[in-house]
Amino acid sequence: MSDAALQQPSARDDARQEADEDRIVVENAYKIFGGNPDEAYRLLGEGKTKDQIFRETGATVAVQDASFTVKSGEVFVIMGLSGSGKSTMVRMLNRLIDPTFGTVSINGQNITAMNRKALIDLRRRDMSMVFQSFALMPHQTVLENAAFGLTVSGRDKADREARALEALEAVGLGQNARSYPSELSGGMKQRVGLARALANDPPVLLMDEAFSALDPLIRTEMQDELIRLQREHRRTIVFISHDLDEAMRIGDRIAIMQDGRFVQIDTPDKIVSEPANDYVRSFFRNVDVTQVFKAGDIADPGVQPGDGVTEISADASLDEVLSIVSNADGPAPVTGEDGKRLGAISKTALLKTFDKSR
Amino acid sequence: MEFNIEIGDGVSAAVDYIRNNFQDGLDGIATVIEWVADGTFIALDIMPWWLLTALLVVLSLWRVGWKFSLFTLGAMLLVVGMGLWEETVNTLALVLTATFIALVVGIPIGIAMSRNDTLETLVRPILDLMQTLPPFVYLIPAAMFFGLGKVPGTIATIVFAMPPVVRLTNLGIRQVSEENVEAGLAFGCTDWQLLSKVQFPLALPTIMAGVNQTIMLALSMVVIASMIGAGGLGNTVLTGIQRLDVGLGFEGGLGVVVLAILLDRITQSFGHGATGGLFSFLKSVFATGSRAEGHSGTRDEAKEASPAHGRNG
Repeated sequence: MSDAALQQPSARDDARQEADEDRIVVENAYKIFGGNPDEAYRLLGEGKTKDQIFRETGATVAVQDASFTVKSGEVFVIMGLSGSGKSTMVRMLNRLIDPTFGTVSINGQNITAMNRKALIDLRRRDMSMVFQSFALMPHQTVLENAAFGLTVSGRDKADREARALEALEAVGLGQNARSYPSELSGGMKQRVGLARALANDPPVLLMDEAFSALDPLIRTEMQDELIRLQREHRRTIVFISHDLDEAMRIGDRIAIMQDGRFVQIDTPDKIVSEPANDYVRSFFRNVDVTQVFKAGDIADPGVQPGDGVTEISADASLDEVLSIVSNADGPAPVTGEDGKRLGAISKTALLKTFDKSR
Repeated sequence: MEFNIEIGDGVSAAVDYIRNNFQDGLDGIATVIEWVADGTFIALDIMPWWLLTALLVVLSLWRVGWKFSLFTLGAMLLVVGMGLWEETVNTLALVLTATFIALVVGIPIGIAMSRNDTLETLVRPILDLMQTLPPFVYLIPAAMFFGLGKVPGTIATIVFAMPPVVRLTNLGIRQVSEENVEAGLAFGCTDWQLLSKVQFPLALPTIMAGVNQTIMLALSMVVIASMIGAGGLGNTVLTGIQRLDVGLGFEGGLGVVVLAILLDRITQSFGHGATGGLFSFLKSVFATGSRAEGHSGTRDEAKEASPAHGRNG
């Protein structure tokens, strides 16, 4: 929320500031490829599995009965193994893939019923997308790539180049505007992809495995970059990932897909503390839970803190807790934001937490 | 038991039918082709030999490199020295004309094929037929419809040379990565924008390979087309054969080879960008100038090639 936006309120900025507004609403969306969709739909109703339906009708059920709501300004991560339907799901949000059944609404408009022209307007104005393989145009400079969406929507050259340059500067690539994509590293290419998506300032960003092709170090750097951009200017982001660490870092909520179906939609700590099934659990079997939990999550109200042990705030990382608890005589007290005592963390409890994450 | 299927009679009947009923259409086609062919020939022939040579040398320098520009200079001097300048220019004009028309017709067909599977299935066997029929076969109907001379020669050349550019345009557009197409659509491209801003530019290296092949086929056909009076270097070769004059035949053949190498290298360079880093500064100078002059016959080729220029530098 910038001051400029407050001084000169436009319809769009107003909409953005209503934090709890439903930005994306998906209701009972299905995607069935090939075969006879109606027959496949009927068989799904009878409780048959994807494999049975494929054998009987030749139809592939990619997404079934997906329903969720993404609030304005929320980062909503859809996770799943490959083939779970997450890429199909995100493409139904801008109708690169048409849902077979069900509805998708953006800003209260049902996009499944839109004609071509309205759909093109929506894609130009309200949403943009970042791709796993970057999908930059090799024959265009970085600046032209960043301006792609603006060129397509017919902005004049000076205007689009100014905006594209602004977007490139926001991702730290202002110096490379005249380069060609082939001269950039993978991480820089995806920054261009991000700048292209930001240049027309859309309220909704769709990111399909946007950082999956990058090496781990650059991936973390890009996640930080995204978090920073979100701090500066909150957008509604639907982020596809197969990496739980990533989902935990950037997601406000995580939706887990299995065989085309959502098995759990929850906040990151709920996903870890109350996984819906073994499939969900399998995602964080190898994940460092200590990076997810904060002091407040493992504080035990039933434990008395030791005398004179340093107070820990509820949002302290477990690494910080470790350095305090290991040097203290007793359990460390944990205080919440409102100053209330949440409980204490003993050495044993801490060791158990670390042990669980191995 | 005798069992005859009279395909030959059928084809003859069809040719007669077309001649009797569509003469106006044929005349129209002939007029257009003659106009383009004459225009190209005059544009090339109006230049003194040293000017055209200089232009080709500059083009070689800009697109390929300084070594190749030396070859170009030597090759052109050789052609002049052999006394085959007129014939070479004539052949070049025919090749450029046939290529130009083959591209104007072939690229849209390739684009249409890439967007429609049914059309692809229908056009494929026709392309197979066009490519596998012995080139001499085209001479007969071409001569029957259009008589003897430049026009039937050009038409036979167009038919023979078109398949590669159609095929490779289709292939190139189909091979554009799915995510690039999705990116185009996701940012709100219309059908036309998707084609002109994403599919065509990304398919350009493949399409240029097709253009190159089309030019090479056109060159080989132009020699054969001299049998129905297309003229040029083919005529020199033909005369050599008729008189059993090995020297003359060889000279004509050498002229064809020289042209082939020049056209091949220069058109190939448009497929993967310029390599002459040393002279890249010339690019800005000649980027507009030489395209208008050097490509008098192939306007659309220069236009298509332009997005590829910046690729490597």
